[in-house]
Amino acid sequence: MSRIGVFVCHCGLNIAKTVRVSELAEFAATLPDVVVAKDYKFMCSTPGQEMIQHDIKQYNLDRVIVTACSPLMHEKTFRKVIENAGLNQYLLTIVNIREQVSWVTTDIEEGTAKSKALLNGAVYRARLLAPLTSRVIDVNPDVMVIGAGIAGIQAALELANTGKKVYLVEKNSTIGGHMAQFDKTFPTLDCSACILTPKMDNVLQHKNITMLTYCEVSGVKGYVGNFDITIKQKARYVDHSKCNACLACTEKCPGKGVSEWDEALVKRKSIYIPFPQAVPQKPIIDRESCTFFKKGKCRLCEKVCEQKAIDFEQQDTFIDVKVGAIIVATGFDLMDTKPLVQYGYGKYPGVYNSLEVERLFNSAGPTSGKVTMRDGKEPQSIAILHCIGSRDKNHHEHCSRVCCMYSLKFAHLFKEKTSADVYQLYIDMRAAGKGYEEFYNRLSEENVKFIRGKGARVTESTEEPGRLIVEAEDTITSKFMKIPVDMVVLSPAIVPRAESKDIGRLLNLSTDKQGFFMERHPKLAPLSTMSEGIFIAGVCQGPKDIPDTVAQALGAAAEALTIVVNDKMELEATTAMVNPASCCGCQNCVRVCPYGAPGFNYEKRVSEINEALCKGCGLCASVCPSSAIIARHFTNEQVLAEMEGLMEF
Amino acid sequence: MSFEPKILGIACNWCTYTGADLAGTTRLHYPQNVRVVRVMCSSRINPSFIFRAFQLGADGVLIGGCHPGDCHYNTGNLYARRRLATTKKILEFAGLEPGRLRVEWISASEGNKFAEVVEEFTMQIKNLGPQSKLKIQQ
Repeated sequence: MSRIGVFVCHCGLNIAKTVRVSELAEFAATLPDVVVAKDYKFMCSTPGQEMIQHDIKQYNLDRVIVTACSPLMHEKTFRKVIENAGLNQYLLTIVNIREQVSWVTTDIEEGTAKSKALLNGAVYRARLLAPLTSRVIDVNPDVMVIGAGIAGIQAALELANTGKKVYLVEKNSTIGGHMAQFDKTFPTLDCSACILTPKMDNVLQHKNITMLTYCEVSGVKGYVGNFDITIKQKARYVDHSKCNACLACTEKCPGKGVSEWDEALVKRKSIYIPFPQAVPQKPIIDRESCTFFKKGKCRLCEKVCEQKAIDFEQQDTFIDVKVGAIIVATGFDLMDTKPLVQYGYGKYPGVYNSLEVERLFNSAGPTSGKVTMRDGKEPQSIAILHCIGSRDKNHHEHCSRVCCMYSLKFAHLFKEKTSADVYQLYIDMRAAGKGYEEFYNRLSEENVKFIRGKGARVTESTEEPGRLIVEAEDTITSKFMKIPVDMVVLSPAIVPRAESKDIGRLLNLSTDKQGFFMERHPKLAPLSTMSEGIFIAGVCQGPKDIPDTVAQALGAAAEALTIVVNDKMELEATTAMVNPASCCGCQNCVRVCPYGAPGFNYEKRVSEINEALCKGCGLCASVCPSSAIIARHFTNEQVLAEMEGLMEF
Repeated sequence: MSFEPKILGIACNWCTYTGADLAGTTRLHYPQNVRVVRVMCSSRINPSFIFRAFQLGADGVLIGGCHPGDCHYNTGNLYARRRLATTKKILEFAGLEPGRLRVEWISASEGNKFAEVVEEFTMQIKNLGPQSKLKIQQ
């Protein structure tokens, strides 16, 4: 016999609107072993929590059922409530009548009936629950940050300043990310390099940061507090421990590769640093374009290197590190606009995407900051086309958030650097950030021509070869327009980094429809993920501007710190165990476990589970032919009892 | 009165249960015939759970897990996929319409897919009518 208390939450009207909550409480009181059943407006509020704790003592309850929102929302809250009243936290059951009942129906009869069935199932299950003891584990104090754009840099610096050791992993040969490619930032038009490069240098100098550039995370094992990471150091063919960054090699190199940093607008050497302010200032060799790797002779770089740092034999190496928490800040790519053939990107040399234009403005860019096109001429008229592939059901439904503002920034810079006419073709002008509306107003006075209508097509003029015609409908005047221009700038959709899919798989992160990493809760846990101890920051979670990215990075650093600041932490007790008396020794469990938690004891001829490795999925329990494995908190008996309760009504 | 089937749902914590929550958060309306049991992983589902559900009078059983390749436990749902395919065959062999068991991969971001599947499956079970083949008569 157990003594169950049932607490039904109204959640204001969220539940009470489509579930008769008092009827549900009255119904609960009639169920076996239920000694008290109450309903209350907000069970998670202080008075609600106090009511539960009071009743645990007054009625001597040994099980508590909270009938409210999803367990993913408040299971932890209510576990703490009952634990503080002296009950084991695993004796709590949550019945989800908000997300899975009241919010998905409009019919109060249906809502009430389903709630009764779910509650009945919970009572059946609760009677079979057992108290469990959480595992306490040691926590590794170090943190890994993946991605060294502004988000990763900020998070790494913040953690390092608290005295924690940080591994900052970057796949490129320099840190800095996209922000280092920009010239100016909106809406203040302050210089991007001036605010970023000092931070990059701080990373380089910081004694608590291990900077791992030209590296990729290739393996992740373990769990919160104890991640075992394998990092691949891609071969640079330059021994950075010997290189003194004189860069004599880059001057002599005859090889020519495409400059990724300058968005393929120019060539660079085959041994190179991506840009003059790169961190570290040490070069790598691009195997694809290197004359020696292609033809077997050259080695000019080797000849001029006084440090003997060039090493054509260098191989990829692997580094193992252990960390307690991980921050993912992998950033974004621009959508490839070539498949949108109507805009002529890749076909007409006068069509640019926004990152290419960022490089044109940059004084360290391919044109030294002068706005000249691929043919070397200064454009006399320019059209900036918003929402290319974003806010578009055929491609990406989401708004990329920063394009309106950077397009305004482009217009301002074009006006400053050229005498061109500038057209903005937009669907809506979205200026919701601090100072953004003011920036828009300022641009309205800078003689920029705003046309409310999405650019529909870009073609080449038949009369003037080389000149482009942008077609659009001005939706204010309902007039179809053909605008002749020299240059077209596309503002493509922002999408997650191509590699983020692999990172997501390695770390078990869920992604949303567009491929951005999903947060644990959109409002209350925007930086946490479903994988405990792994946090997300910046555009890998969704398009955002630099201020929001930095804010998230600081938040993610704080979240990671809450884990690594302690030497020990509690883990869920919901692991599997073997009952040796009924184990038949078939070793099914040993074969199926993805974590190697079950092992076979050859002396006793039974399987044994290493709880430190068990993640509690329950797979072993379901393949055990003799039901010797017990998946704690999800035992066969508990699941079957819940099902029986659900099917009764 | 029209036939309102009782459908048992078993959903994994990380994808389908979260997807079902998302359907709620976005206020998608769907029929209330499915009652969901939460397990940590679809691989926890022993075929005996499914047989038991039909014995208890379920008219249909809906299983939800992460998309293959996206399992929170790496490979759990691949085991589940194989085992559930076999279970379907056994149910068929026992004389039950195979359409009464449905396995769907629904991610945490697919609230709309959860609602659509429930809607569709409920219709399907309504068309099949009450299940009495395995039901233990009281």
